[in-house]
Amino acid sequence: MTDAAEPAILVRGLTKRYGPLTAVDGLELQVAAGETLALLGPNGAGKTTTVECCEGYRVPDAGTVRVLGLDPRRDARRLRPRVGLMLQEGGVYPMARPHEVLRLFAAFYADPLDADELLERVGLTDTRRTRFRDLSGGQKQRLSLALALVGRPEVVFLDEPTAGLDPAARRRTWEHIGELRAAGVTVVLTTHLLDEAEQLADRVAIMDRGQLVALGTPDELTHGQRARLSFTARPDLDLADLAAAVGAVVEQPRPGRYVVHAANDPQLVARLTAWLATHDIALGELQAGKRSLEEVFLRLTAEEDRA
Amino acid sequence: MNERDTPMLQAVLAQAGMELRLLVRSGESLLVTFGIPVGILVFFSLVEVLPTGERRAVDFLVPGVLALSVAATGLVAVAIQTAFERKYGVLKRLGGTPLPRAGFLAAKALAVAAVLAVQVALVAVLAVSLLDWQPQGGGLAAPLAVLLGTLATTALGLLMAGTLRAEATLAASNAAFLVLLVISGVTFDAATLPDGLAAVGRVLPVGALGEALRVAFDGGGFARGAFVALVVWSAVAVVAAARTFRWEP
Repeated sequence: MTDAAEPAILVRGLTKRYGPLTAVDGLELQVAAGETLALLGPNGAGKTTTVECCEGYRVPDAGTVRVLGLDPRRDARRLRPRVGLMLQEGGVYPMARPHEVLRLFAAFYADPLDADELLERVGLTDTRRTRFRDLSGGQKQRLSLALALVGRPEVVFLDEPTAGLDPAARRRTWEHIGELRAAGVTVVLTTHLLDEAEQLADRVAIMDRGQLVALGTPDELTHGQRARLSFTARPDLDLADLAAAVGAVVEQPRPGRYVVHAANDPQLVARLTAWLATHDIALGELQAGKRSLEEVFLRLTAEEDRA
Repeated sequence: MNERDTPMLQAVLAQAGMELRLLVRSGESLLVTFGIPVGILVFFSLVEVLPTGERRAVDFLVPGVLALSVAATGLVAVAIQTAFERKYGVLKRLGGTPLPRAGFLAAKALAVAAVLAVQVALVAVLAVSLLDWQPQGGGLAAPLAVLLGTLATTALGLLMAGTLRAEATLAASNAAFLVLLVISGVTFDAATLPDGLAAVGRVLPVGALGEALRVAFDGGGFARGAFVALVVWSAVAVVAAARTFRWEP
C-alpha cells in the first residue's frame, strides 16, 4: 500500500556500473503519483539503465529504488501486476499476430483492458492478422505501447516510445501518453527528443554521463534566465544606432545573430521591427524571452564535455 | 492489493497456448519434429535396406524413432525457438510481466508435452496399424523413459538457447541432432559402428532413450544402464541450464 503523499517512484543514490563504466552515478529522483516525468539526455547518459533499475531488470550497485513503495526485485511478484513497460527493442514474438500477443498479455492480469478495444484504440485493427515481423516500425511501437497498458498499470515506464516513428505516428503516441496522464497514471519516459519532453512531461530530468544535470518543469528549465530578445538578420548592423532606437544594449555574439538585453515586452519588439523596417532589413529568426529547452540541454551537456 | 494478483493458471495456460501455436506455425520445426521421425519409420520399415540385426525392422525402428522424436522437439525445436525468443527480447519483455519464470517454464513444458503426445501417438498408430508393430511390454518403463529423455534433451536445448547466440544455437542443435541420429543406433544397429563410437552413442541421451525403450517394448522392463544415463543427463543438463541461462539478448 502506498501513502497518498508517498512518491510513486523514489530513487536514492542510485549507482550502476558496467565493468569500468559508471552508467548511473548517485542519481536522486522522485516522481509523484500521477506525474509524467521525461528522462532526457544524449545516448549513453544512463536513462535506460535508470529505467531498467526501476523495472527490476538491473540490480543497483548502490542506492535504493522504490516503485509504489516496493522493491522492484524483491517485491517483483506484487509489483509487476501494477506496472506497465515498453522496452526499446520490441520484445514480441516475430511470428505472432498483434491480437494474439495482446490477448496473451491480457491473460497475465486480473482485470485487463479488452484486447480488441485496445487494439482499435491504438489503430491496429487492420493489422490483427499480420505477423509482428511484418508490421511497420510505427505499428510495432504502438503494439508495444498497448502491451504496456493492457494490465491497467498504475505506473508506466516507456523507453524511447517514439524512436524511429514518423511525425504523424509520433503525434499519435503522444496522444496516448497524454491520455495516460489524464487518467492519473504515473509515467516515466526516456527520450532524446526535446520537443517530446516539452510536450508530454510535467517535469523534465536532464541526465548526462549518469548524473542528473537539471530537473524541473519545462518552464522552470527554460525560464530564470536574463530577459532578452535574440534575432538573426544580415551581419554587421549598426549596433549603436539600433541600441539607441530600441533603448537597450545590443550585442552581436556571432555574425548575423543579435541579442537585445532588455525585458521582453511588446513595445521592445515593436521598436525593433520598426527599426528594421526603416532600414529595410529582413528579419531571420526572432526569439523572445525564454530560451528553448534545446539551448538549456546543449549548454548543460556541453559543460560536461569541458569538465 | 489481492484483487491485482496474477491469475496464475490462466496466465500459464495462455502462455502454453502461445508456445504451442508458435511451435506448430514454424514449418522447419514441423519438418524436424514430425517429418523426419515419421519418414524414417515408414521408409525403413517398408524398405529393408538397413542392418537392423535379427529383428523385424519395425521392432527395431519404433524405439529409435520415438527417441529421435523426443530429441527433435527438445533439442532442436525448443532450443531454436527459445534462442530466437531471447535474441528478439521476448524473454526479457515477458520478464516484465506478472508471469513468473517458473510459470514461463511450466508453459514451455506443457507445450513440449503436447507436441510430444502427438508425436508418440502418431508413431504408435502408424507402427501398429500400418506396420504391424506388437510391443511385448513397456507400459511403465517406456513412458518414464520418454519423460526422462524429454527432460534431458529439453534442458540441453535450453542450455544452448540460454548461452549461445541464436544463430549458433540453430547450427549446433541441428548438428547435434544429425550426429545423434547417426551414432545412437536409431535407424540401424549400433553394432555395425566402430566399437568406441557405438559405446559413446549408447550413453548419449538419444541412444540411452532408444535402448531403454527397446528393452521395455521387448518385455524386459527397466534397462538399468540406459536409465542411469538418462537420469545423469537430465540432472546435469537441468543444473547447467538453470545456472547459465541468460534471459536477455
